[in-house]
Amino acid sequence: MSFGARLTTFLVMLAAAVALVVYVVITYLTPQSGVVDFTSAQPAGAPVNLSVQTVGSIGFGPHPTWVTYMVQNPGGQWLHDTTWEVPAHTRINLTIHQFDSGSPLRNQNWGRVQGVAGNVEILNGKPISFYDSNSGNGVGHTFAVPALGINVPLVGVNSNASNICSQAPCGSDSVSNTIKVSFVTPGPGEYSWQCFVPCGLGYLYGNGGPMSNSNYMGGFLDVVA
Amino acid sequence: MSDVAEQTDAPADGPRHAHREPRHFVRMVVIWLVACAIAMPLFYFLVGPHVPPGVMTSTAEENQFDFNILMVLAIPVLFGVWIYIGYSLITWRGSKAADPVGGELARGHMGVQTGWIGITTVFVLGLAIFGTYALITTNGAGGGEGPNPVWTPTSAHVLPVQVIGQQWKFTYRYPTFGGFESSDLVLPVDTTIAFHVTSLDVIHSFWAYQLSIKADANPQVDNVAFTTTNHTGSVTVRCSELCGLWHGAMFDYGRVVSKNQFEAWATATRIATAANTKLLPPFALTYTPDANGAAGGYYPDNVDPYSPSEVYGAKQPAS
Repeated sequence: MSFGARLTTFLVMLAAAVALVVYVVITYLTPQSGVVDFTSAQPAGAPVNLSVQTVGSIGFGPHPTWVTYMVQNPGGQWLHDTTWEVPAHTRINLTIHQFDSGSPLRNQNWGRVQGVAGNVEILNGKPISFYDSNSGNGVGHTFAVPALGINVPLVGVNSNASNICSQAPCGSDSVSNTIKVSFVTPGPGEYSWQCFVPCGLGYLYGNGGPMSNSNYMGGFLDVVA
Repeated sequence: MSDVAEQTDAPADGPRHAHREPRHFVRMVVIWLVACAIAMPLFYFLVGPHVPPGVMTSTAEENQFDFNILMVLAIPVLFGVWIYIGYSLITWRGSKAADPVGGELARGHMGVQTGWIGITTVFVLGLAIFGTYALITTNGAGGGEGPNPVWTPTSAHVLPVQVIGQQWKFTYRYPTFGGFESSDLVLPVDTTIAFHVTSLDVIHSFWAYQLSIKADANPQVDNVAFTTTNHTGSVTVRCSELCGLWHGAMFDYGRVVSKNQFEAWATATRIATAANTKLLPPFALTYTPDANGAAGGYYPDNVDPYSPSEVYGAKQPAS
Protein backbone atom coordinates (compact mmCIF):
# COMPACT_ATOMS: atom_id res chain seq x y z
CA MET A 1 0.00 0.00 0.00
CA SER A 2 1.38 3.36 -0.96
CA PHE A 3 2.09 6.07 1.58
CA GLY A 4 -0.80 8.13 0.22
CA ALA A 5 -3.23 5.25 0.57
CA ARG A 6 -2.08 4.52 4.11
CA LEU A 7 -2.37 8.18 5.04
CA THR A 8 -5.86 8.36 3.57
CA THR A 9 -6.93 5.22 5.44
CA PHE A 10 -5.53 6.60 8.66
CA LEU A 11 -7.27 9.95 8.24
CA VAL A 12 -10.60 8.30 7.40
CA MET A 13 -10.39 6.07 10.47
CA LEU A 14 -9.36 9.01 12.64
CA ALA A 15 -12.30 11.07 11.35
CA ALA A 16 -14.68 8.18 12.02
CA ALA A 17 -13.34 7.78 15.57
CA VAL A 18 -13.64 11.51 16.25
CA ALA A 19 -17.17 11.58 14.83
CA LEU A 20 -18.15 8.65 17.05
CA VAL A 21 -16.78 10.34 20.17
CA VAL A 22 -18.49 13.63 19.30
CA TYR A 23 -21.77 11.79 18.67
CA VAL A 24 -21.59 9.95 21.99
CA VAL A 25 -20.72 13.11 23.92
CA ILE A 26 -23.46 15.17 22.28
CA THR A 27 -26.00 12.39 22.78
CA TYR A 28 -25.02 12.13 26.44
CA LEU A 29 -25.14 15.85 27.06
CA THR A 30 -28.30 16.60 25.16
CA PRO A 31 -31.45 16.25 27.25
CA GLN A 32 -33.55 13.36 26.06
CA SER A 33 -36.71 15.29 26.61
CA GLY A 34 -38.02 18.57 25.40
CA VAL A 35 -38.70 21.53 27.62
CA VAL A 36 -42.30 22.41 28.40
CA ASP A 37 -42.69 26.15 28.87
CA PHE A 38 -44.96 27.35 31.67
CA THR A 39 -43.59 30.89 31.79
CA SER A 40 -45.71 32.59 29.18
CA ALA A 41 -49.18 31.06 29.58
CA GLN A 42 -50.24 33.43 32.36
CA PRO A 43 -49.55 37.03 33.43
CA ALA A 44 -46.25 37.67 35.18
CA GLY A 45 -46.47 36.85 38.86
CA ALA A 46 -49.68 34.87 38.52
CA PRO A 47 -49.64 31.32 39.88
CA VAL A 48 -48.72 28.56 37.47
CA ASN A 49 -51.02 25.57 37.27
CA LEU A 50 -48.94 22.49 36.57
CA SER A 51 -50.62 19.12 35.95
CA VAL A 52 -48.71 15.88 35.73
CA GLN A 53 -49.60 12.20 35.88
CA THR A 54 -47.77 9.01 36.78
CA VAL A 55 -48.46 5.95 34.69
CA GLY A 56 -47.47 2.36 35.49
CA SER A 57 -46.41 1.69 31.93
CA ILE A 58 -46.03 4.32 29.28
CA GLY A 59 -47.23 2.03 26.52
CA PHE A 60 -45.17 3.49 23.70
CA GLY A 61 -41.63 4.41 22.73
CA PRO A 62 -38.48 2.37 23.24
CA HIS A 63 -39.53 1.16 26.70
CA PRO A 64 -43.30 0.71 26.65
CA THR A 65 -43.34 -1.19 29.97
CA TRP A 66 -41.52 1.48 31.93
CA VAL A 67 -43.23 3.61 34.53
CA THR A 68 -43.18 7.31 33.77
CA TYR A 69 -44.33 10.83 34.50
CA MET A 70 -46.29 12.76 31.88
CA VAL A 71 -46.95 16.49 31.86
CA GLN A 72 -49.80 18.54 30.46
CA ASN A 73 -48.62 21.58 28.56
CA PRO A 74 -50.48 24.91 28.79
CA GLY A 75 -52.38 23.94 25.66
CA GLY A 76 -53.83 20.89 27.43
CA GLN A 77 -51.80 18.30 25.57
CA TRP A 78 -50.14 15.47 27.54
CA LEU A 79 -46.44 15.15 26.74
CA HIS A 80 -43.68 12.75 27.69
CA ASP A 81 -41.29 15.48 28.81
CA THR A 82 -39.81 15.88 32.27
CA THR A 83 -38.11 19.26 32.01
CA TRP A 84 -40.51 22.01 32.97
CA GLU A 85 -39.68 25.68 32.65
CA VAL A 86 -41.36 27.76 35.34
CA PRO A 87 -40.98 31.39 36.47
CA ALA A 88 -38.94 32.30 39.55
CA HIS A 89 -40.56 33.44 42.80
CA THR A 90 -43.94 32.22 41.65
CA ARG A 91 -46.51 29.97 43.25
CA ILE A 92 -46.83 26.64 41.51
CA ASN A 93 -50.14 24.84 41.96
CA LEU A 94 -49.18 21.27 41.24
CA THR A 95 -51.82 18.64 40.52
CA ILE A 96 -50.62 15.07 40.25
CA HIS A 97 -52.85 12.35 38.87
CA GLN A 98 -51.55 9.07 40.22
CA PHE A 99 -52.61 6.19 37.96
CA ASP A 100 -50.16 3.62 39.32
CA SER A 101 -50.57 1.19 42.20
CA GLY A 102 -48.43 1.37 45.35
CA SER A 103 -46.52 -0.65 47.93
CA PRO A 104 -44.79 -0.15 51.30
CA LEU A 105 -42.04 2.41 51.08
CA ARG A 106 -38.45 1.28 51.42
CA ASN A 107 -37.88 4.32 53.55
CA GLN A 108 -40.98 5.56 55.37
CA ASN A 109 -39.41 8.99 55.58
CA TRP A 110 -40.72 9.53 52.06
CA GLY A 111 -44.26 9.09 53.33
CA ARG A 112 -44.00 12.56 54.87
CA VAL A 113 -45.20 15.61 52.99
CA GLN A 114 -42.35 18.10 53.09
CA GLY A 115 -41.39 21.42 51.59
CA VAL A 116 -44.80 22.46 50.25
CA ALA A 117 -47.36 24.90 51.62
CA GLY A 118 -48.32 23.80 55.13
CA ASN A 119 -46.40 20.57 54.63
CA VAL A 120 -49.74 19.19 53.54
CA GLU A 121 -51.01 17.56 50.37
CA ILE A 122 -54.64 17.33 49.36
CA LEU A 123 -55.31 13.67 48.57
CA ASN A 124 -58.63 13.28 46.78
CA GLY A 125 -59.88 16.37 48.59
CA LYS A 126 -58.55 15.49 52.06
CA PRO A 127 -55.45 17.08 53.59
CA ILE A 128 -52.75 14.73 54.84
CA SER A 129 -49.27 15.40 56.22
CA PHE A 130 -47.97 11.85 55.96
CA TYR A 131 -49.15 8.51 54.67
CA ASP A 132 -48.58 5.10 56.18
CA SER A 133 -47.51 3.13 53.16
CA ASN A 134 -48.02 -0.13 55.03
CA SER A 135 -51.73 0.53 54.92
CA GLY A 136 -54.23 0.92 52.12
CA ASN A 137 -52.78 0.81 48.66
CA GLY A 138 -49.30 1.93 49.71
CA VAL A 139 -47.31 4.64 48.02
CA GLY A 140 -46.62 4.31 44.33
CA HIS A 141 -44.24 7.19 43.74
CA THR A 142 -43.09 10.46 45.17
CA PHE A 143 -42.57 13.82 43.60
CA ALA A 144 -39.45 15.23 45.23
CA VAL A 145 -37.21 18.21 44.57
CA PRO A 146 -34.32 17.53 46.95
CA ALA A 147 -32.69 20.93 46.57
CA LEU A 148 -35.95 22.60 47.61
CA GLY A 149 -36.73 20.11 50.36
CA ILE A 150 -39.94 19.06 48.59
CA ASN A 151 -41.33 15.56 48.99
CA VAL A 152 -44.87 14.59 48.04
CA PRO A 153 -45.93 10.95 48.48
CA LEU A 154 -48.30 9.71 45.80
CA VAL A 155 -50.68 7.16 47.20
CA GLY A 156 -51.25 4.22 44.90
CA VAL A 157 -54.51 3.08 43.36
CA ASN A 158 -56.04 -0.32 44.05
CA SER A 159 -53.98 -2.80 42.08
CA ASN A 160 -57.04 -5.03 41.73
CA ALA A 161 -59.10 -2.37 40.03
CA SER A 162 -60.32 -3.38 36.62
CA ASN A 163 -59.65 -0.04 35.01
CA ILE A 164 -55.95 0.50 35.75
CA CYS A 165 -54.38 2.60 33.07
CA SER A 166 -51.69 0.86 31.03
CA GLN A 167 -51.23 3.32 28.21
CA ALA A 168 -50.20 6.91 28.61
CA PRO A 169 -51.68 9.43 28.65
CA CYS A 170 -54.35 8.23 31.03
CA GLY A 171 -57.80 9.73 31.25
CA SER A 172 -60.72 9.92 33.61
CA ASP A 173 -61.90 6.46 32.58
CA SER A 174 -59.02 4.95 34.58
CA VAL A 175 -58.79 4.68 38.35
CA SER A 176 -56.61 7.40 39.85
CA ASN A 177 -55.80 9.44 42.92
CA THR A 178 -55.51 13.20 42.69
CA ILE A 179 -52.88 14.93 44.80
CA LYS A 180 -52.62 18.69 45.01
CA VAL A 181 -49.85 20.77 46.55
CA SER A 182 -48.46 24.22 46.04
CA PHE A 183 -45.04 25.70 46.51
CA VAL A 184 -43.17 28.86 45.59
CA THR A 185 -40.25 28.63 43.22
CA PRO A 186 -36.91 30.03 44.36
CA GLY A 187 -34.58 32.17 42.27
CA PRO A 188 -33.48 31.12 38.80
CA GLY A 189 -31.71 27.80 38.55
CA GLU A 190 -32.02 24.24 37.43
CA TYR A 191 -33.47 22.01 40.14
CA SER A 192 -33.65 18.28 39.61
CA TRP A 193 -36.73 16.42 40.68
CA GLN A 194 -37.14 12.71 41.07
CA CYS A 195 -39.21 9.85 42.46
CA PHE A 196 -37.83 8.34 45.67
CA VAL A 197 -39.69 5.07 45.35
CA PRO A 198 -37.43 2.50 43.69
CA CYS A 199 -40.06 1.79 41.08
CA GLY A 200 -37.95 0.28 38.35
CA LEU A 201 -39.68 -3.06 38.61
CA GLY A 202 -37.44 -5.89 37.48
CA TYR A 203 -34.21 -4.05 38.19
CA LEU A 204 -31.98 -4.73 41.20
CA TYR A 205 -33.17 -2.67 44.15
CA GLY A 206 -35.66 -1.10 41.75
CA ASN A 207 -33.33 1.72 40.85
CA GLY A 208 -32.52 0.76 37.27
CA GLY A 209 -34.47 1.32 34.07
CA PRO A 210 -36.90 4.20 34.39
CA MET A 211 -35.23 5.33 37.64
CA SER A 212 -31.84 5.60 35.98
CA ASN A 213 -32.85 7.20 32.72
CA SER A 214 -33.93 10.79 32.49
CA ASN A 215 -37.37 11.57 31.08
CA TYR A 216 -39.17 8.86 33.05
CA MET A 217 -39.08 9.21 36.85
CA GLY A 218 -36.98 12.32 37.09
CA GLY A 219 -36.31 15.59 35.37
CA PHE A 220 -35.69 19.26 35.97
CA LEU A 221 -37.53 22.31 37.10
CA ASP A 222 -35.93 25.03 35.00
CA VAL A 223 -36.66 28.12 37.05
CA VAL A 224 -36.13 31.26 34.98
CA ALA A 225 -36.26 34.94 35.83
CA MET B 1 29.08 18.97 44.51
CA SER B 2 30.95 21.94 45.87
CA ASP B 3 34.24 20.23 45.34
CA VAL B 4 33.25 19.70 41.73
CA ALA B 5 32.49 23.37 41.38
CA GLU B 6 35.88 24.28 42.72
CA GLN B 7 37.79 22.59 39.95
CA THR B 8 39.70 24.73 37.54
CA ASP B 9 38.74 24.63 33.91
CA ALA B 10 42.20 25.22 32.50
CA PRO B 11 42.76 23.20 29.34
CA ALA B 12 45.41 20.53 29.75
CA ASP B 13 47.33 21.62 26.69
CA GLY B 14 47.06 25.33 27.24
CA PRO B 15 48.52 27.79 29.66
CA ARG B 16 47.17 27.40 33.18
CA HIS B 17 45.00 30.24 34.41
CA ALA B 18 44.46 31.22 37.98
CA HIS B 19 40.72 31.47 37.24
CA ARG B 20 38.52 29.50 39.70
CA GLU B 21 34.93 28.54 39.04
CA PRO B 22 32.47 30.16 41.45
CA ARG B 23 31.06 27.87 44.12
CA HIS B 24 27.84 27.21 42.23
CA PHE B 25 26.44 24.70 44.67
CA VAL B 26 26.94 27.02 47.61
CA ARG B 27 25.32 29.83 45.66
CA MET B 28 22.31 27.71 44.86
CA VAL B 29 21.97 26.57 48.46
CA VAL B 30 22.13 30.14 49.73
CA ILE B 31 19.51 31.31 47.24
CA TRP B 32 17.35 28.30 48.12
CA LEU B 33 17.67 28.89 51.86
CA VAL B 34 16.74 32.55 51.57
CA ALA B 35 13.79 31.83 49.30
CA CYS B 36 12.51 29.08 51.59
CA ALA B 37 13.00 31.19 54.70
CA ILE B 38 10.77 33.83 53.15
CA ALA B 39 8.16 31.63 51.45
CA MET B 40 7.54 29.02 54.14
CA PRO B 41 6.40 31.34 56.95
CA LEU B 42 4.59 33.54 54.42
CA PHE B 43 2.58 30.55 53.24
CA TYR B 44 1.94 29.18 56.71
CA PHE B 45 0.79 32.42 58.28
CA LEU B 46 -0.89 34.16 55.33
CA VAL B 47 -2.30 31.36 53.17
CA GLY B 48 -2.54 28.63 55.79
CA PRO B 49 -5.60 29.90 57.65
CA HIS B 50 -7.54 29.89 54.37
CA VAL B 51 -6.62 26.38 53.31
CA PRO B 52 -9.61 23.98 53.10
CA PRO B 53 -11.47 22.57 54.89
CA GLY B 54 -11.34 25.37 57.46
CA VAL B 55 -11.61 25.06 61.22
CA MET B 56 -15.26 24.30 61.89
CA THR B 57 -14.46 20.98 63.56
CA SER B 58 -11.57 19.26 65.24
CA THR B 59 -10.94 17.11 62.21
CA ALA B 60 -11.17 20.07 59.85
CA GLU B 61 -8.69 22.01 61.95
CA GLU B 62 -6.29 19.09 62.12
CA ASN B 63 -6.61 18.35 58.42
CA GLN B 64 -5.98 22.00 57.60
CA PHE B 65 -2.86 21.85 59.76
CA ASP B 66 -1.76 18.68 57.97
CA PHE B 67 -2.29 20.25 54.55
CA ASN B 68 -0.30 23.29 55.64
CA ILE B 69 2.56 21.15 56.91
CA LEU B 70 2.62 19.19 53.66
CA MET B 71 2.59 22.39 51.65
CA VAL B 72 5.31 24.00 53.75
CA LEU B 73 7.43 20.87 53.32
CA ALA B 74 6.75 20.90 49.60
CA ILE B 75 8.03 24.45 49.22
CA PRO B 76 11.75 23.53 49.67
CA VAL B 77 11.38 20.72 47.14
CA LEU B 78 9.59 22.98 44.68
CA PHE B 79 12.07 25.80 45.14
CA GLY B 80 15.00 23.38 44.91
CA VAL B 81 13.89 22.28 41.46
CA TRP B 82 13.07 25.79 40.26
CA ILE B 83 16.28 27.34 41.57
CA TYR B 84 18.42 24.57 40.16
CA ILE B 85 16.78 24.91 36.74
CA GLY B 86 16.85 28.70 36.80
CA TYR B 87 20.44 28.90 37.97
CA SER B 88 21.52 26.35 35.38
CA LEU B 89 19.73 28.16 32.57
CA ILE B 90 21.37 31.46 33.48
CA THR B 91 24.83 30.24 34.38
CA TRP B 92 25.36 27.50 31.84
CA ARG B 93 23.21 28.77 29.00
CA GLY B 94 24.22 27.57 25.53
CA SER B 95 27.63 28.47 24.23
CA LYS B 96 29.65 27.40 21.25
CA ALA B 97 31.89 25.31 23.42
CA ALA B 98 31.80 21.56 23.20
CA ASP B 99 29.04 19.77 25.05
CA PRO B 100 30.54 18.98 28.47
CA VAL B 101 29.27 15.44 28.62
CA GLY B 102 31.37 12.66 30.01
CA GLY B 103 34.62 12.85 31.82
CA GLU B 104 35.04 13.64 35.45
CA LEU B 105 31.96 15.83 35.71
CA ALA B 106 29.65 12.99 34.73
CA ARG B 107 30.91 10.49 37.24
CA GLY B 108 28.94 9.42 40.28
CA HIS B 109 29.25 11.48 43.42
CA MET B 110 29.02 9.60 46.68
CA GLY B 111 28.05 12.66 48.69
CA VAL B 112 25.20 13.62 46.41
CA GLN B 113 23.88 10.07 46.18
CA THR B 114 24.07 9.46 49.90
CA GLY B 115 22.54 12.83 50.63
CA TRP B 116 19.68 12.25 48.21
CA ILE B 117 18.83 8.82 49.62
CA GLY B 118 19.22 10.03 53.18
CA ILE B 119 17.12 13.17 52.81
CA THR B 120 14.28 11.50 50.90
CA THR B 121 14.23 8.60 53.36
CA VAL B 122 13.98 10.96 56.31
CA PHE B 123 11.28 12.91 54.48
CA VAL B 124 9.13 9.89 53.67
CA LEU B 125 9.52 8.23 57.06
CA GLY B 126 8.89 11.53 58.81
CA LEU B 127 5.69 12.10 56.85
CA ALA B 128 4.57 8.53 57.54
CA ILE B 129 5.07 9.01 61.27
CA PHE B 130 3.45 12.44 61.18
CA GLY B 131 0.48 11.10 59.19
CA THR B 132 -0.02 8.17 61.53
CA TYR B 133 0.17 10.43 64.55
CA ALA B 134 -2.38 12.79 63.01
CA LEU B 135 -4.65 9.86 62.17
CA ILE B 136 -4.59 8.58 65.74
CA THR B 137 -4.90 11.88 67.58
CA THR B 138 -7.92 12.94 65.51
CA ASN B 139 -9.75 9.61 65.82
CA GLY B 140 -9.42 8.73 62.17
CA ALA B 141 -9.02 12.28 60.83
CA GLY B 142 -12.67 12.38 59.80
CA GLY B 143 -12.49 9.31 57.59
CA GLY B 144 -14.77 6.31 57.93
CA GLU B 145 -13.17 3.76 60.23
CA GLY B 146 -15.53 0.92 59.45
CA PRO B 147 -17.93 -0.75 61.88
CA ASN B 148 -15.34 -1.29 64.62
CA PRO B 149 -13.29 1.88 64.84
CA VAL B 150 -9.80 1.56 66.22
CA TRP B 151 -9.43 5.19 67.20
CA THR B 152 -12.33 6.40 69.32
CA PRO B 153 -12.88 9.70 71.08
CA THR B 154 -12.47 9.96 74.83
CA SER B 155 -15.42 12.32 75.30
CA ALA B 156 -17.91 11.19 77.90
CA HIS B 157 -20.82 12.09 75.66
CA VAL B 158 -20.92 11.44 71.96
CA LEU B 159 -23.91 12.33 69.83
CA PRO B 160 -24.61 9.53 67.36
CA VAL B 161 -26.04 10.64 64.03
CA GLN B 162 -26.90 8.08 61.42
CA VAL B 163 -26.36 9.03 57.80
CA ILE B 164 -28.49 6.99 55.38
CA GLY B 165 -27.59 7.17 51.71
CA GLN B 166 -30.18 6.31 49.12
CA GLN B 167 -30.50 7.16 45.47
CA TRP B 168 -30.26 10.15 45.54
CA LYS B 169 -30.42 11.81 48.94
CA PHE B 170 -28.85 11.56 52.36
CA THR B 171 -31.23 11.41 55.30
CA TYR B 172 -30.28 11.52 58.97
CA ARG B 173 -31.53 9.62 62.01
CA TYR B 174 -31.02 10.78 65.56
CA PRO B 175 -31.17 7.67 67.79
CA THR B 176 -30.85 9.63 71.03
CA PHE B 177 -33.93 11.64 70.13
CA GLY B 178 -36.31 8.79 69.53
CA GLY B 179 -34.80 7.75 66.23
CA PHE B 180 -36.58 10.30 64.07
CA GLU B 181 -35.40 10.66 60.50
CA SER B 182 -34.83 14.02 58.88
CA SER B 183 -33.80 15.33 55.51
CA ASP B 184 -31.84 18.05 57.32
CA LEU B 185 -28.46 17.67 58.97
CA VAL B 186 -28.36 19.78 62.12
CA LEU B 187 -25.57 19.45 64.70
CA PRO B 188 -24.81 21.12 68.03
CA VAL B 189 -21.58 23.04 68.49
CA ASP B 190 -18.88 21.93 70.96
CA THR B 191 -20.04 18.35 70.70
CA THR B 192 -18.34 15.15 69.65
CA ILE B 193 -20.32 13.48 66.88
CA ALA B 194 -20.21 9.85 65.81
CA PHE B 195 -21.49 9.55 62.26
CA HIS B 196 -22.82 6.10 61.47
CA VAL B 197 -22.86 6.02 57.69
CA THR B 198 -24.77 3.38 55.76
CA SER B 199 -26.79 2.98 52.59
CA LEU B 200 -30.10 1.52 51.54
CA ASP B 201 -29.05 0.69 48.00
CA VAL B 202 -25.77 1.28 46.18
CA ILE B 203 -22.45 2.67 47.41
CA HIS B 204 -22.54 6.37 48.20
CA SER B 205 -20.00 8.47 50.06
CA PHE B 206 -20.91 11.02 52.70
CA TRP B 207 -18.65 14.05 52.34
CA ALA B 208 -19.41 16.90 54.72
CA TYR B 209 -16.86 19.39 53.48
CA GLN B 210 -16.62 21.90 56.33
CA LEU B 211 -16.80 19.12 58.92
CA SER B 212 -13.92 17.35 57.17
CA ILE B 213 -15.87 14.11 57.31
CA LYS B 214 -15.76 11.66 54.46
CA ALA B 215 -17.04 8.13 54.82
CA ASP B 216 -18.30 5.63 52.28
CA ALA B 217 -21.94 4.65 52.64
CA ASN B 218 -22.10 0.95 51.88
CA PRO B 219 -25.30 -1.09 52.12
CA GLN B 220 -25.36 -3.24 55.24
CA VAL B 221 -22.17 -1.66 56.60
CA ASP B 222 -21.98 0.73 59.55
CA ASN B 223 -19.09 3.03 58.69
CA VAL B 224 -18.21 5.19 61.70
CA ALA B 225 -16.48 8.57 61.55
CA PHE B 226 -15.85 11.03 64.37
CA THR B 227 -15.46 14.74 64.75
CA THR B 228 -15.99 17.46 67.32
CA THR B 229 -17.75 20.64 66.28
CA ASN B 230 -15.89 23.83 67.25
CA HIS B 231 -17.79 26.56 65.43
CA THR B 232 -21.31 27.19 64.15
CA GLY B 233 -21.93 27.60 60.46
CA SER B 234 -23.16 26.04 57.25
CA VAL B 235 -22.05 22.65 56.01
CA THR B 236 -22.06 21.44 52.42
CA VAL B 237 -22.83 17.76 52.05
CA ARG B 238 -22.10 15.96 48.81
CA CYS B 239 -22.07 12.40 47.64
CA SER B 240 -18.54 11.68 46.45
CA GLU B 241 -19.11 8.24 45.01
CA LEU B 242 -20.57 8.04 41.51
CA CYS B 243 -23.94 6.48 42.31
CA GLY B 244 -26.17 6.82 39.30
CA LEU B 245 -28.23 9.24 37.25
CA TRP B 246 -28.79 11.94 39.86
CA HIS B 247 -25.44 11.62 41.63
CA GLY B 248 -24.66 15.21 40.68
CA ALA B 249 -27.82 16.36 42.43
CA MET B 250 -27.11 14.41 45.61
CA PHE B 251 -26.10 17.29 47.83
CA ASP B 252 -27.61 19.33 50.59
CA TYR B 253 -26.68 21.83 53.24
CA GLY B 254 -26.46 21.12 56.93
CA ARG B 255 -25.70 23.45 59.77
CA VAL B 256 -23.90 23.53 63.08
CA VAL B 257 -25.88 25.54 65.63
CA SER B 258 -25.71 26.33 69.31
CA LYS B 259 -26.63 23.58 71.76
CA ASN B 260 -29.84 25.36 72.69
CA GLN B 261 -30.86 25.77 69.08
CA PHE B 262 -30.07 22.14 68.42
CA GLU B 263 -32.13 20.96 71.38
CA ALA B 264 -35.03 23.11 70.22
CA TRP B 265 -34.79 21.84 66.64
CA ALA B 266 -34.45 18.20 67.67
CA THR B 267 -37.34 18.41 70.09
CA ALA B 268 -39.60 20.15 67.59
CA THR B 269 -38.67 17.75 64.79
CA ARG B 270 -39.17 14.77 67.07
CA ILE B 271 -42.69 15.95 67.85
CA ALA B 272 -43.50 16.93 64.29
CA THR B 273 -42.37 13.59 62.89
CA ALA B 274 -43.63 11.40 65.72
CA ALA B 275 -46.37 9.78 63.67
CA ASN B 276 -43.98 9.04 60.86
CA THR B 277 -41.22 7.81 63.18
CA LYS B 278 -43.54 5.04 64.34
CA LEU B 279 -43.52 3.73 60.80
CA LEU B 280 -39.73 3.59 60.63
CA PRO B 281 -37.91 0.42 61.55
CA PRO B 282 -36.29 0.51 65.01
CA PHE B 283 -32.98 2.26 64.90
CA ALA B 284 -30.25 -0.12 63.78
CA LEU B 285 -26.77 0.43 62.50
CA THR B 286 -27.56 -1.15 59.14
CA TYR B 287 -30.69 -1.98 57.22
CA THR B 288 -31.35 -4.66 54.73
CA PRO B 289 -33.25 -3.42 51.71
CA ASP B 290 -35.51 -5.63 49.69
CA ALA B 291 -33.71 -6.41 46.47
CA ASN B 292 -36.93 -6.78 44.55
CA GLY B 293 -37.36 -3.09 44.14
CA ALA B 294 -40.86 -1.80 43.95
CA ALA B 295 -42.30 -4.07 46.64
CA GLY B 296 -39.84 -3.57 49.45
CA GLY B 297 -39.57 -1.84 52.79
CA TYR B 298 -36.35 -1.82 54.77
CA TYR B 299 -35.59 -3.85 57.84
CA PRO B 300 -33.09 -4.16 60.67
CA ASP B 301 -30.64 -6.93 60.09
CA ASN B 302 -31.30 -8.46 63.53
CA VAL B 303 -27.73 -8.20 64.81
CA ASP B 304 -27.08 -6.26 68.02
CA PRO B 305 -27.67 -2.82 66.64
CA TYR B 306 -25.92 -0.78 69.28
CA SER B 307 -22.71 -2.55 70.16
CA PRO B 308 -20.24 -0.42 68.20
CA SER B 309 -21.43 2.84 69.71
CA GLU B 310 -22.22 1.85 73.28
CA VAL B 311 -18.64 2.26 74.40
CA TYR B 312 -18.68 5.94 73.46
CA GLY B 313 -21.07 6.85 76.22
CA ALA B 314 -24.01 7.75 74.07
CA LYS B 315 -27.44 7.15 75.46
CA GLN B 316 -29.14 4.65 73.24
CA PRO B 317 -32.83 4.80 72.48
CA ALA B 318 -35.29 2.24 73.59
CA SER B 319 -36.28 0.54 70.37
